[in-house]
Amino acid sequence: MQLIPCPWCGPREEVEFHYGGQAHVAYPAEPAELSDEEWASFVFFRDNPRGPFAERWSHAAGCRRWFNAVRDTRSYELLAVYRPDQERPVTT
Amino acid sequence: MTTGNPPARPGADLPDHPSFLWRNPDPAPSYDVVIVGGGGHGLATAYYLATVHGITNVAVLEKGWLAGGNMARNTTIIRSNYLWDESSGIYEHALKLWEGLEEELGYPILFDQRGVLNLAHSLQDVRDSVRRVNANRLNGIDAEWLDADGVKEVCPIINVSSDVRYPVLGATYQPRAGIAKHDYVAWGFASAADRLGVDLIQHCEVTGIETSGGRVTGVNTTRGRIGAGKVALCASGHSSELAAMAGIELPVQSHPLQALVSELLEPVHPTVVMSNAVHVYVSQAHKGELVMGAGIDSYNGYGQRGSFHIIERQMSAALELFPIFSRAHLLRTWAGIVDVSPDASPIIGLTPVDGLYLNCGWGTGGFKATPGVGDCFAHTIANDKPHPYNEPFTLERFTTGALVDEHGAAAVAH
Repeated sequence: MQLIPCPWCGPREEVEFHYGGQAHVAYPAEPAELSDEEWASFVFFRDNPRGPFAERWSHAAGCRRWFNAVRDTRSYELLAVYRPDQERPVTT
Repeated sequence: MTTGNPPARPGADLPDHPSFLWRNPDPAPSYDVVIVGGGGHGLATAYYLATVHGITNVAVLEKGWLAGGNMARNTTIIRSNYLWDESSGIYEHALKLWEGLEEELGYPILFDQRGVLNLAHSLQDVRDSVRRVNANRLNGIDAEWLDADGVKEVCPIINVSSDVRYPVLGATYQPRAGIAKHDYVAWGFASAADRLGVDLIQHCEVTGIETSGGRVTGVNTTRGRIGAGKVALCASGHSSELAAMAGIELPVQSHPLQALVSELLEPVHPTVVMSNAVHVYVSQAHKGELVMGAGIDSYNGYGQRGSFHIIERQMSAALELFPIFSRAHLLRTWAGIVDVSPDASPIIGLTPVDGLYLNCGWGTGGFKATPGVGDCFAHTIANDKPHPYNEPFTLERFTTGALVDEHGAAAVAH
């Protein structure tokens, strides 16, 4: 089983974690101003890259805190983990 | 210098290689229709374009080998007992085509209508199941509600005792459902399409989609540029990447979906059993393997493999339902990449680019639709207009809100 390095708890087994999809998707600043297309984009459309992907994880069976990770969707390798208030780190 | 007879070629005493089921042509400079993706959906679309619409100047481009992706990785279950009218329309259309497919293709596909049980384990499951049976009957689809004794009668090896964590309270039963041999289905469509003049081009990966004035004009591939009057995408888990080549964003996420087989066993399992609550589905292949599947791995992934704890969970669910499987050995596990849409329904139809057509978002349920979607997608391509059965499944529904929400309603979680 893959180990996921929780930024607070250190490496733990993948089964302790809950997946949260794409990271850095902000709630619209002016929700009342959005067109139907913009709402559709916010609600239903997410990036789906083959390669590094910034995504949210929650350490559901541990500290129960959310964090972000950059993970390669081809190899499943975790390239970086970071706190939600941090910028996406540069990974190569 | 002496010359004797050269040594016999190894295997010279064996019979000749059987003739191939299809040619292996090089790509022509252009085609009327280029289909991207040589899986079940792409091959079926090519077949119906040729037979129903007389369009035979067609290429199917496959980046690997024919039907080596999800067509080789599914659990071969065929059924049409979906809740909503839109879904039951296209899946029942497919099931009717399955019923005549062996004769139509002139190729054995081992289609076996052994029925499917969708188990209910809670009172809410029971209410949802009975509702789905009623909806199916209103749509002319065979469906019955069975209590636990009825389940036992159809499938004697299920544990229906009440002292388990999720007791079997009953099941919906669709007798016309069943399984088919997935490889044979692909080979049947491929050889029939090939005979009708369709070029099946393997090891040809699309690297770009060419447009001019809002209209598709061709594709760039690892085997050169191929001009195209129309381009049809049938690439399941890789649809996002392909559509992006034409500047189209899709509301799908690619996930690994795992399945597994046991070693060969005597025939013990007479039907197909699916359980949403404990989440496993099990049938026994003609050869004798138990074939099991469950839900997707939670994370996005293109790796054609998933996490082992998903397999463990699926096996524990199977064991609770079928205690006699406790001595069966796991033989192989694998994953396919499925493109899951927000409402767990497919996206089939036109795109903002003229001449570019989309068939994706089937998530975990694409195999059973193979002939139905092939027929409807071919109609969409030939007429530049959706077939009535795929009209509800537009890309625009995510903007208009007219979703076909089969999450949980489709008799299995996605």
